[in-house]
Amino acid sequence: MNKLQYKVGEHPNLPAPKTQGGIFKAIRNNLFSTWYDSIVTIILIYLLLSYLPMALDWLFFSADFFVDKRSQCTSGGACWGVITARFPQYLYGFYPPELYWRPNLASLLLLVALAPILYSKILYRKYFLMFSITYPLIAFWLLWGGFGLVPVESEKMGGLLLTLTLGVMGIALSLPIGILLALGRRSKMPAIRLFSTMFIELIRGVPMITLLFMATVLLPLFLPSDVIIDQLIRVIFIIVIFASAYMAEVIRGGLQSIRKGQYEASDVMGLSYWQSMSLIILPQALKISIPGIVNSFISLFKDTTLVIIVGMFDLLGVGRAALSNREWIGLANEVYMFIAIVFFVFCYLMSRYSLHLERRLSRSYK
Amino acid sequence: MFDISYNKKFRSIASQFTLVLFLVVVFYYFINNAIINLDRIGITSGFDFLFSRAGYDAYSPFFKFTSDSLHIDAYFVGLLNTLSVSILGIFIATILGFIMGVLRLSNNWLVSKLVYLVVEFKRNVPVLIWIIIWYFGVFLQLPSAKKAINIYDSIFISNRGLYFPSPVFIEGSIAILIAFIGAIIINFFYVKRAKKIHIKTGKQSPIFLVSLLIIIGLPVVTYFITNQPIEWVVPELKGFNFKGGMALKPEFVALLMGLAVYTSAHIAEIVRAGILSVPKGQIEAGMSFNITRNQMMKMVVIPQALRLIIPPLTSQYLNLMKNSSLAVAVGYMDLTATTGGITLNQTGQAIECILMIMGTYLLLSLLISAIMNYINKKVQLVER
Repeated sequence: MNKLQYKVGEHPNLPAPKTQGGIFKAIRNNLFSTWYDSIVTIILIYLLLSYLPMALDWLFFSADFFVDKRSQCTSGGACWGVITARFPQYLYGFYPPELYWRPNLASLLLLVALAPILYSKILYRKYFLMFSITYPLIAFWLLWGGFGLVPVESEKMGGLLLTLTLGVMGIALSLPIGILLALGRRSKMPAIRLFSTMFIELIRGVPMITLLFMATVLLPLFLPSDVIIDQLIRVIFIIVIFASAYMAEVIRGGLQSIRKGQYEASDVMGLSYWQSMSLIILPQALKISIPGIVNSFISLFKDTTLVIIVGMFDLLGVGRAALSNREWIGLANEVYMFIAIVFFVFCYLMSRYSLHLERRLSRSYK
Repeated sequence: MFDISYNKKFRSIASQFTLVLFLVVVFYYFINNAIINLDRIGITSGFDFLFSRAGYDAYSPFFKFTSDSLHIDAYFVGLLNTLSVSILGIFIATILGFIMGVLRLSNNWLVSKLVYLVVEFKRNVPVLIWIIIWYFGVFLQLPSAKKAINIYDSIFISNRGLYFPSPVFIEGSIAILIAFIGAIIINFFYVKRAKKIHIKTGKQSPIFLVSLLIIIGLPVVTYFITNQPIEWVVPELKGFNFKGGMALKPEFVALLMGLAVYTSAHIAEIVRAGILSVPKGQIEAGMSFNITRNQMMKMVVIPQALRLIIPPLTSQYLNLMKNSSLAVAVGYMDLTATTGGITLNQTGQAIECILMIMGTYLLLSLLISAIMNYINKKVQLVER
């Protein structure tokens, strides 16, 4: 290399040496920064290279996708026939096939109802929101029938349809009850405060299964023998009760973070309790607790799987029913992997959304 | 004009009175119906049924439980099984969670991304699915007892469970216990002395290594000096299953793994958030003291992170304990499966059984909260 002499201040700006910048530096800093880092990286890359192709091969390349029986799965990979052969069952359970348009329409409308909640910049948001509030009723009408539609028994509902029904109904109904409980726990009236606190702590202290047992075993005892409530309704009731106790605690956290001045200011304005709550306090408190609310939605959605224990056929239940079929016996890996991935997709999307909200909120507060 | 319905005090009392009245009416209605219904089915309420013969078998590693035992024994079997799976689960989940939480912050891009994928996948799939996967997807697919996976002729893994050799304490094994207790006492004085020296002179002794050496080394040395007084009973294949040794049932291990794996992912996220919450200035200040990376973790980062970690950790522990009731899905005999399941179905004493299990879970929740609150108080910032 020839050494050039530069005068002070005349040295041109040279690019960094190749090993000190760009992709080389990134690789070195992120994968090979110390000797043990390098060893770990090399071992991991080796493991990935040796197992990933095997896994992909089993999952896709040498898998049988459309077969009617296990014995037809011959290529040695996964036997996805156990899912594809009865795919409608995974989606709708035993819902009458000629009425599939109703759950389809309900899920389409769900997207419309979710739009104004997920995106705040939508046009005519107010009208969309009004639709969102009435959506549970519309969905109920579409799924169960009645009022001009052929009624469908709730035992016929299953699969992803049941999972989503439980999840959406639970989410939509537990939020208002949770708000009321949170307000009740911070109320100045001792009887209401005591009731809310006891309710919340009692529900949060026991597993959901015991509550589900209560719905299936105890509730019929507590009602006159001629009153029979549909099991799905009872289960939704329990899910709502369970989720609302957790929701109440999240919202209480939001309420506590509102400064006293806000309460006092709304009192000064001469607003009544409900006016000051709905116009001043709750809009702020709910905004703060949105990430927590979404998180409890996620756990509610995951908890809906528990209904298989009281004998309902949600996604997991349909999968287990398929596995007990003689033609498909022994395909546990495929079925559970499929169900796990479906749940993962839903919950992961929700958690990413909550993270996005958290970032947006923390930005607007700085 | 004075209108009483605008009086704040009147309104408050009226609304509370309405609530209480409503609750009383609802309770009266429920209880009245329950009395009528129970009378119709012919069940007398009360807890006498607890002292009748249970007539079913339950997996009970702690005390002998046969089909001749009473329903109250079944309750205690369930309680002990719930407790054992919860305590072990909390232990494993904490260790796994802390490891994953720290690895998630690794400088190595590959490590942190892989751990991220694992954590997200574990976290976002319901715990019931994990338990079922571990049971039906892993343990029931293991080879049968005859073709069990054999590790050095002492540990056998099959679809009947995990079999370990069990120790039999024969004469002279008391010496090992004495040595163990002695080691703890010696270690206590050693640590005290080492700390004194540290404060006086600033010299640090390798406390952790020496303690490990004393507590493990002394009993082991005694074991060999006293001519190996512990015998091992190795499980043997007899007929379709193993006999002898210690056994872990597949239901237990599947439930334990499902709970631990699911909760550990949540704990990993909590640990990561806790470590990230330590202000950068603290770490820079530590660096300026020229302490090593391990010392920095031990003395600067972890004590501050723990303050944020403990409260959400408590709720994860509570969740794990409550989720252990999912044992019914794999047929592990926990509280929900014995008293809330078979006893309830056999005796029909639904109200009593459900009250009992709910009360027990509430008590366990309170117990865990109390212990964690005590720990929380210890790590919180001591302010003037």
